[in-house]
This record gives sequence, structure tokens and C-alpha cells, in this order.
Amino acid sequence: MRTYIVHKLLHAIGVALVVSFVSFFLLFYTADPASTLLPENADDQDIARFEEQYGLNRPLIVQYGDYMGRVIFAGDFGVSWVAKVPAGDLIAASLWPTLKLAIAAQILATLLAIPLGIISAVKRYSIVDNLTILVVLVGQAMPLFWLGIVLIVIFGVWLKWLPASGSETWLHLILPAITLASFILPLNMRLVRSGMLEVLSQDYIRTARSKGVEEQSVLMRHALRNAAIPLVTVSGIQFGALLGGAVVTETVFSWPGLGRLAVESIQVGDFPVVQAIVIIFSGFTILANLAADVGAAWIDPRIRFE
Amino acid sequence: MTIRVEDTSDMVPGAGEVEKAPSKAYIIFRKMWHLRLGVFGLALMAVLVIMALFAPWVATHDPLSQDILERLSPPAFMEGGSWEHWLGTDQLGRDVYSRIVHGARISLTVGVSAVFVSMVIGVILGLFAGYFGGWIDSVVDFSVNAMLAFPFILLAMTLVIVLGASMQNIILALGLSNWPIFARVARIETRKLREQEFVIAARAQGLNHYRIIFKHILNNLAAATLVIATVEVARSIIRETFLSFLGLGIQPPTPSWGLMLAEGRDYILTVWWLSTLPGVAIFLACLGINLVGDALRDLLDPRMRKA
Repeated sequence: MRTYIVHKLLHAIGVALVVSFVSFFLLFYTADPASTLLPENADDQDIARFEEQYGLNRPLIVQYGDYMGRVIFAGDFGVSWVAKVPAGDLIAASLWPTLKLAIAAQILATLLAIPLGIISAVKRYSIVDNLTILVVLVGQAMPLFWLGIVLIVIFGVWLKWLPASGSETWLHLILPAITLASFILPLNMRLVRSGMLEVLSQDYIRTARSKGVEEQSVLMRHALRNAAIPLVTVSGIQFGALLGGAVVTETVFSWPGLGRLAVESIQVGDFPVVQAIVIIFSGFTILANLAADVGAAWIDPRIRFE
Repeated sequence: MTIRVEDTSDMVPGAGEVEKAPSKAYIIFRKMWHLRLGVFGLALMAVLVIMALFAPWVATHDPLSQDILERLSPPAFMEGGSWEHWLGTDQLGRDVYSRIVHGARISLTVGVSAVFVSMVIGVILGLFAGYFGGWIDSVVDFSVNAMLAFPFILLAMTLVIVLGASMQNIILALGLSNWPIFARVARIETRKLREQEFVIAARAQGLNHYRIIFKHILNNLAAATLVIATVEVARSIIRETFLSFLGLGIQPPTPSWGLMLAEGRDYILTVWWLSTLPGVAIFLACLGINLVGDALRDLLDPRMRKA
């Protein structure tokens, strides 16, 4: 188990370094920040001064080494070119709204996915089952940002039940959370459903039934526990998806989180902030994947020897 | 961002036969229903393709011609609407229906081309990794993991910024960000196929590796790849509309669905249909493509069949 964890950990560190290097290369080398950020009439001197100021005239690998050194040892993500404050501060301010949104969406999706997935697995071909399939189909074809807009029109503009954008109160959380939840719901539902279908045909379920265990107990205690394993193990992959969905959702609802910060920073060419967000997002994703891998290996020892 | 998880429940023999098996009539009904969904999807896709191919003839107006006197007129099914502009007009008095028709051309071109780019890269890498194993396999596997750790939408947006916002570059950006899904499936399938008798026989006959890879193994990958490609076209269409929605994609005045949605958003309080209609177009197009993808999966590979 220790060898497995060390192996996975090294792999994760490698992935993190490659991701950070590739994004650094893309943003600071190929995108030519000076021309993006300086006014059109800037002469060579201005550009030289700008590059001097931010150390952009050094060899790429030196810049990258310097940058990563400060990120790792000092938690310093550089200074925003637009807001002129540390990029780390901007991110710290946006982190909680994104987490709040992601957690709310995850809870909502799980609360819906588990009962619906169970019912549709147990009562196959029933109305609930067909409804589940329908939700999956519709969910996959619906652009997230459009769903957000439709929800704003219906609940914010027509019915005036909920605020259309902003984040001041808990009421503001409802529409964005529903939107983001709808993004991960189809997959969650399918996982619960297929997990239950697989588990319900196992011998130990038949054993439990034949010894007279109540059906509800069979489903909830014997079946669901095992069926939930794939739900846990894909949570790593899903976390990345959730963050991607957050980018879209936050943009539509003007939610002051990391996703909106990323979009705005990319649009104005504030690359230190973009780079920092890429590192944070991929770092979270890599950690979640690592945790899922280790968790899966812990639950199922066979995985360790693959 | 996409979620890549294979549903394996259907490969388990006997799964779902726990309760009493459904009646024969019901199974036939299910098959019909499934087929009907496929046919429905095919019809939606046909409409999309016809719109894209014959846009100038299907459209009723020039998608770019403005008429400021007719601006923001409602669709025919609403009060004050007319059949002259049956889906209404936008903020510059352009015909919404004609813009949606021409938008189909953009969406389909971007979707299909982007998937083609990622398919070529991904399948070739996956074939080599799965067939040769060793360090090639390690490198490809590592690259796939690194790509999946990248926040997809941020990667695509960054690539567009780096390359510049034009249709070719959006295709490149989406194509270059999405090859891992093809590489992963091709790699896993190739690894299985490599051990099969027909490959061993081909090798024993003295066929060279590249012939085996690109003829025998690729043939066996085609079905699975086609199914994934179909679904990915729908995903790419959604991604293109999002990039355009943010102003990082297709540039005005070109009629792109995402751009129309973004423009309509400024009028959402009064003219709600303006940004709703392009969304319906995106939804129907992607629904059609996905349904065809599901049907293809059933037809091409019974093992991958969804319950």
C-alpha cells in the first residue's frame, strides 16, 4: 500500500508540474503579454520597460523556476497586472463563494441522485426509471449557461421569486446551485443506477433476502453501501468537472467566485491571475484524483497491484 | 469540462434480471421506444445538416441585413408578431430565424472539425501506446492524465487567447484540448486487441507493426470511436457556443448561436425570447446528435448497450 501511495504521489506531482509549466508557457511566452496589456501606441521602450518590470525578458525556464519557487515556498502567485494587488489575495477572496456553490450543488445533486438512482434500478422500466433516462438525455444536451439564463427569466424576471444575480444572501445561492447541480446530476444518477443494478445481482444480496432481511434494509444497508463505491471513486474526476461547470455558472449569475475571476482575467489579459487559478484548479483536481485513487485502493486491495 | 466515466454495468451478465424479467411485450415496446428515439434524433440531426448545408436557401432573410425600424419584433406566436419574421428580430432588426439557420452552419463546422482534430490525435496516440506499451505507453498515459487535470474550459479559453479568436483557432483550441478521451479509449481497446488471436496470427505471418495497427486494430476500434465522436460533436458545439458567449469565440456580426445568446442577454428583462431561441436551437441540435450516438452504440456494439 505504501509503494502504491508513493507511486501515485510522484505521478501527481509530475502532472502538477507539467500542467503548471504548460500553462506558464502558453500564457507568458506565446501570448505576448506586453502587446495584450499595453496600449496600442506603446513604443519599443514602453514594452521593454514593461517586460523589465515583470521580469518577462528573462529566459522562460528561469521565469518559470522563479515563479514556481515563490509559489511553492512562499505561496506567492505574483501580482495582478490589472488590479496591481497580489493575485493570491484576489483568489483568496473568490475561493469561498466558489466552494459554497460547489458544495451546495454537490449536496443537491447527491440528494436527488441517490433516491432516483435506487428507484430506477429497483423498479426498472417504471416511470421513475424512464424519467431518469430522460433527465440524463436532456441534461447532456442542455448548455449550462442557457439553463442558467432560462432559470433567471422564469424565477428572477417572471415570477420574481428569487434574485437573478449577485451573492448577498442565501437566496442568491439557489439558482446557481440548481444550475451547477444539473450539470453533475446525470452522471451521478447513472452511477447510482448502474451500481445498484450490478450489486443487486450479487450472491450476498440473495443471501440477505433469503435469510429474511427486510427489503428496505437489503437495499439501504447491503446494496447501497457497495453501490456507492463508484460514486466515491469518480468524485475525483467529477471535482474537475464541477469546477469547469462553476466557470460557466458563475459567469451567467455574476457569482463572485474563482470561475468568474478566471473568465474576466482571461478577457483582459491579466495572466498572473489566470496562471494562479489554473494552478489552484488543477491542484484541487489532482488532489481529488489522488484521494480517489488511494481511497479506491484502500477499499479494494486488488487495485494496488494493477 | 467533461466527465469521462465508462458505464460498465451493462457488461455484467445478468445485471438487472434480479427482479422478475419484464414481459416480452414490454421488451418489444422498449426496443421500439429506443429505436423511435434514434429515429427522432436522426430527424433532428437531418434538420441541422440541411440547415447547415443549404443555409442561404433555408433562411428567409439575409442573416446580416439590418432593419432598425423592425428591431426587437416578437415571434409570430406572440402578440404583435408577424410571419414576415416568424421568430422575431434582434436588437439590430436582423431576422432571428435566418440567423439561427446560418448559425447551424457555424456550430456544425466547428463541432465536426474540432472532434476530427482530437480524434486523429487521440486515436493515433492511443493506438501506439496500447500496441507498443513500454515508454510510449507511459508517456501517453501521463499526458492524458495531465490533460485531464487541466481545467478544460480554461485551457480552451487560453488557447483561443494565444491563437486569436477566429473560427479556425476555435476549432484548433477545442480539438487540442479534447484528444485525451479518444486516446484513453483507443489505448485500452488496443491493449485488449493486441492479445487477440487475429493480431497474433497477423504478426506470425510477418506483417509489419504499422500495417497491423492501422489496418487490423484500427478497423476494430472504428465502431467505439464513432460512437464517442458523435457524442463529442454535441459537446464541442456546446463549448463553442460558450466561448462565443464569452466573446472569445466567433466574432460579430457572424451569426453564432452562442453570440446570439450573449447579445440577447442584454435584453433579457424585456425581450426574453431573444436569448432563449438560440438556446433551443443548441439544445435540439445536441439532443439529436446524442440520440443518434446512443442508437449507434446499440447498433454497433451490443456490449455497450445502455439498459
